Amino acid sequence: MRHHLILRVITKLLVGTIFLFALYVQFHGDYSPGGGFQAGVIMAVGFIIYGLVFKLEKAKAVFPPWLVHKIVALGVLVYAGTGVYSLLVGYTFLDYAAIDPHSPVHGQHLGILIVELGVGITVTGVMVAIYYAFAAHAPNLKDEDW
Amino acid sequence: MLIITALSVVVTRSLFAIVTLSGVFSLLSALLFIRMDAVDVAFTEAAVGAGISTVLMLGTLALTSRSERGDKKTQVAPLFLVILTGALLIYGTVDMPHFGAPDTPAQTHVGPDYLERIPKEIDVPNAVTAILASYRGYDTLGETAVVFTAGIGVLMLMSGLARRRREDEDDKEGPS
Amino acid sequence: MVEFFTSDFVLGRLNYWFFIFLMMTGLYIVIARSNLVKKIVGLNIFQTSVFMLYISIGKVSGGTAPIFPIDMNIDPNVVYSNPLPHVLILTAIVVGIATTSLGLALMVRIRESYHTIEEHEIAEQEQEIMRKELGLAKEGEV
Repeated sequence: MRHHLILRVITKLLVGTIFLFALYVQFHGDYSPGGGFQAGVIMAVGFIIYGLVFKLEKAKAVFPPWLVHKIVALGVLVYAGTGVYSLLVGYTFLDYAAIDPHSPVHGQHLGILIVELGVGITVTGVMVAIYYAFAAHAPNLKDEDW
Repeated sequence: MLIITALSVVVTRSLFAIVTLSGVFSLLSALLFIRMDAVDVAFTEAAVGAGISTVLMLGTLALTSRSERGDKKTQVAPLFLVILTGALLIYGTVDMPHFGAPDTPAQTHVGPDYLERIPKEIDVPNAVTAILASYRGYDTLGETAVVFTAGIGVLMLMSGLARRRREDEDDKEGPS
Repeated sequence: MVEFFTSDFVLGRLNYWFFIFLMMTGLYIVIARSNLVKKIVGLNIFQTSVFMLYISIGKVSGGTAPIFPIDMNIDPNVVYSNPLPHVLILTAIVVGIATTSLGLALMVRIRESYHTIEEHEIAEQEQEIMRKELGLAKEGEV
């Protein structure tokens, strides 16, 4: 896509905005619509659009595949780790009151944030990994082929 | 609108058009979800259905073929089967509650209970997030694991593909 | 029997019928079309219409989205729609995309092995292979 000047410029502008929006959706998810799933998908879309308009190699340079694979597991670990932590402290599995025993409501707040972060990380990782897996094999199509 | 889109998927033969139509379908259904007060769901549907899945399907089309071949004839048996199933389902809706009725079982027990408890126990404005992450935390954990597993599955399927392609090329180069 | 034909009855259930129609369209695509990409699109349509059915069950007429005011001063007169179906469907959508991508990956693999994504052609090739194997087995016996 060397010659698509407009696409390239707009994408450069857009990618930053997309990431910012993803972070907003992630951490503002308990006040407004949104949460880990949506944020993860939007975050992944940021990388995917970058990889689509520029070369896949450039996207891979920003977010290398080994890191993606680590991140996929990290999210599930964060989520399950929260549950195990609450077990260790003496509460039931995934009872977020364990995080802040003095005020359970605050603990719930924090717990939801951490868990959503875990979900977001995994979803981002999986979506980007799937995109890399598909895009790595795609033959170089010309625009006319479609 | 949704019906028109769905029907055009049945008749269209160009796979590229079908994939685009499926994106349109997702976007329209997101609008419908907003209309039915499910803003979170609409958000997800718009991001996932219209965004990611269209990209993935186009990626698949690039790897496979771009138009549908095959039999032109409309099979009667599937049509009959589908109409029968549909009729049975519609018969089932006769006992269903009225659309939007506030006095249905779903609206009188579980829903209001959550809505009462969330301000006291969780104090998070978005009820959907509160239920998703806290009351149904196990559910969401399991589902994150499903996404994780699917990701690993795709990676295994596709990375094996890359290796075999390389081997094929080696084989071709080898004897000649 | 009279109540079955009142406009109230029909209008109250029109949404279910609409979703069932979409569902059946998806099902027809899955059963009748032999192209695998089309099958997956049909599956997605089926899936989305099931989501719509669930969400429509959670809708309360006159209700609003289940998000409280940010200062948590909840007006008892405001009706909120049932948030539980929303949660279920939210998770279902993400699982849906995960399974769709897995299906697409499988399809790419099928294309690698059979060089086609038409179901009947795959079946023909399978039968061809089977016939060959049977033939070889018979020759071996002789």
